[in-house]
Amino acid sequence: MQITLLLYFKQIDLYLFYLTLTIYCIGTINFLIYLIKPRPLFSLLGFYITIIGFVFHSIILIFRYFPSACFPVTDLHQSLFFFAWCFVGVFIIFNIKHKIPVLGSFVTPLAIVLLISSATLFTQKPVQIPPSLRSIWLPIHTTLAFLGEAFFGLAFCGGLMYLIQENQIKNKKWSYFLHRLPSLQTLDDLNYLCLSLGFPFLTLGIITGSIWAEYAWGSYWNWDPKETWSLVTWLIYAALLHGRLTIGWRGRRAAYFLIIGFAVVLFTFLGVNLLLPGLHSYDSFTSP
Amino acid sequence: MNIIVAGLSHKTASIELREKLSFSSHNLTTPLKELVNFPAIYEAIILSTCNRVEIAACTAADSEKVIREIKIFLADFHKLSLDEITPHLYFYTGQDAIRHVFRVASSLDSMIVGEPQILGQLKDAYRSAVANKTTGSILNRFLHKAFSVAKRVRSETDIASSAVSISFAAVELARKIFDNLEDKKILLIGAGEMAELVTRHLVSHMVKEIFITNRTFEHALLLAQEFGGRVLKFDELFESFAQMDIVISSTDAHDIVITYEKIAKALHARKNKPMFLIDISVPRNIDPRVHDLPNVYLYNVDDLDGIVEKNRQVREKEANHAEDIVEEEQMRFYVWLQQQEVTPTIIKLKEKFESIRLKEIEKTLSHWEGLREEDKQKINALTHAIVNKILHDPINFLKTKGEKNGFPIEEIKKIFNLNDEEDA
Repeated sequence: MQITLLLYFKQIDLYLFYLTLTIYCIGTINFLIYLIKPRPLFSLLGFYITIIGFVFHSIILIFRYFPSACFPVTDLHQSLFFFAWCFVGVFIIFNIKHKIPVLGSFVTPLAIVLLISSATLFTQKPVQIPPSLRSIWLPIHTTLAFLGEAFFGLAFCGGLMYLIQENQIKNKKWSYFLHRLPSLQTLDDLNYLCLSLGFPFLTLGIITGSIWAEYAWGSYWNWDPKETWSLVTWLIYAALLHGRLTIGWRGRRAAYFLIIGFAVVLFTFLGVNLLLPGLHSYDSFTSP
Repeated sequence: MNIIVAGLSHKTASIELREKLSFSSHNLTTPLKELVNFPAIYEAIILSTCNRVEIAACTAADSEKVIREIKIFLADFHKLSLDEITPHLYFYTGQDAIRHVFRVASSLDSMIVGEPQILGQLKDAYRSAVANKTTGSILNRFLHKAFSVAKRVRSETDIASSAVSISFAAVELARKIFDNLEDKKILLIGAGEMAELVTRHLVSHMVKEIFITNRTFEHALLLAQEFGGRVLKFDELFESFAQMDIVISSTDAHDIVITYEKIAKALHARKNKPMFLIDISVPRNIDPRVHDLPNVYLYNVDDLDGIVEKNRQVREKEANHAEDIVEEEQMRFYVWLQQQEVTPTIIKLKEKFESIRLKEIEKTLSHWEGLREEDKQKINALTHAIVNKILHDPINFLKTKGEKNGFPIEEIKKIFNLNDEEDA
């Protein structure tokens, strides 16, 4: 009886997942059309459809809590799914506050890539949740860390836009893109804002993780690959923040940093779990 | 109902004639009132800019009659002879008139295609006409449609998005680098028509802090007064150089004035905040190598020229797309206009009242001695106004509710004895 119920849950979960993905895709298509035809209608449609997708995205998260009564970040699929949720959520709030609609043309495709990658890691079998994950620290640690990384995701998109725009102005080759993208200053400000918001979140994420590690594994820092790579990520962004404040690392150099930084974030997220065994690789280990 | 446009523009008339035929945009009351006093002109609007004078009117009468009346009006109002102005006037009726006004509003008929001012001027012209009550249901709808077509053209094509003059290209570029220019500092080194033009455009984009330097101090002082800027001594130029966001150089020096080292030093001092350098002088005054520095953007006249040329091509291509939009909207509006045909009843009603008025005027004035020509005209205008006011509501009623809702139109004809009129 219990097993059939769980299978039902999985089935509904799967349908909702595809529904959400479809809605996001429609939103993305609108944002991409906006890139070619800059009519406000398309960016608005794209944005509102993305918000609808986000609502379904949130419903799935709530729905997933029940079968296991555990914050749904217990396997790689769920984590990536939750990260995508943070990313879209941060974008929605950011866009309401700062109104850079064309950002959506870069953010939503990335969100879809994240969701599709999470779909490839979808597991049908009910997973055994290690007891160490049944802790209040799980939601705190992951939410903080993912929010930080979500801001870095935005900064990655901003960096990409900066490089495209700067390239046109520097090489004196103006294309229609020049009018589609915001000014260099707007993009640089955006990047700095995302950096200065993401960095404290990541720092808190690492600190809470370390406290949790003390509770769960008896030591604040175990040098497992996830921890090591998180530290690398943190150092990259710390270096950029420091460089920016002291000697003015801005513009193109900052944009490169943000792109490399986010690549490391993704590696810490996926690469470590899939390639390097360790305490965090919950998919591969069976006994804690 | 029909729409008629008459006018002249930079394409058909010289600046001298355009000046002679122009109307002061502050006082359109007199000409507008005079226009609608002509019997065939029901509604009218006057657009008068430095590049064009246009009159749009709507009528149910014969369009030839309206054209004649507008010609007479233009000639009389400006005290010119008909022969003087006729060869320079163009006339459009029906679909051509609709298309023309839509094209004007969308800036497709402008001297510089895509320039944005014309729409504002048209809106002002419309506001004057509304204030003087010389527009009615037809022109109101027509002009609103023209504004929305212009908006559609602007948002769906790139016709106005790119600068087509060097100075505008420079401003556009500055805004793509700095976004908001309000808190930016500009330094103008030297003088020259182009440099001053660029500076003037920057000032119109809210730049407040302008520094001017010149080998001749007096010259710098003059320019500073004009732009509300401050003067820097030429040899102290580099002392505050690091504060400058935009530098425009246009001296007659024959070698490099601003070297790579100076810029590199300034950039370091301002923590790599972007600098936009515009070198307008020939030979060049700014070391071209500075463009390789991060966050430094150096443009010379040829670079800006290249951009302008490319933008022009874009505009031409976009203009075709805009014409398609105009054509589509024109047809849609024309269909609506056709439905606004005034019923024969309205025409008869008007004719009847007008004939009564003319008869009575004739009767009264013929044996009223000692009346000056001026007074006669006043009486004429007074009766005309009374008749128009009386007829206004019934005609509106007929237009909107009239025959469509099965209103017993025959009753109206009986009340005013319109059928007998026909026989008489």
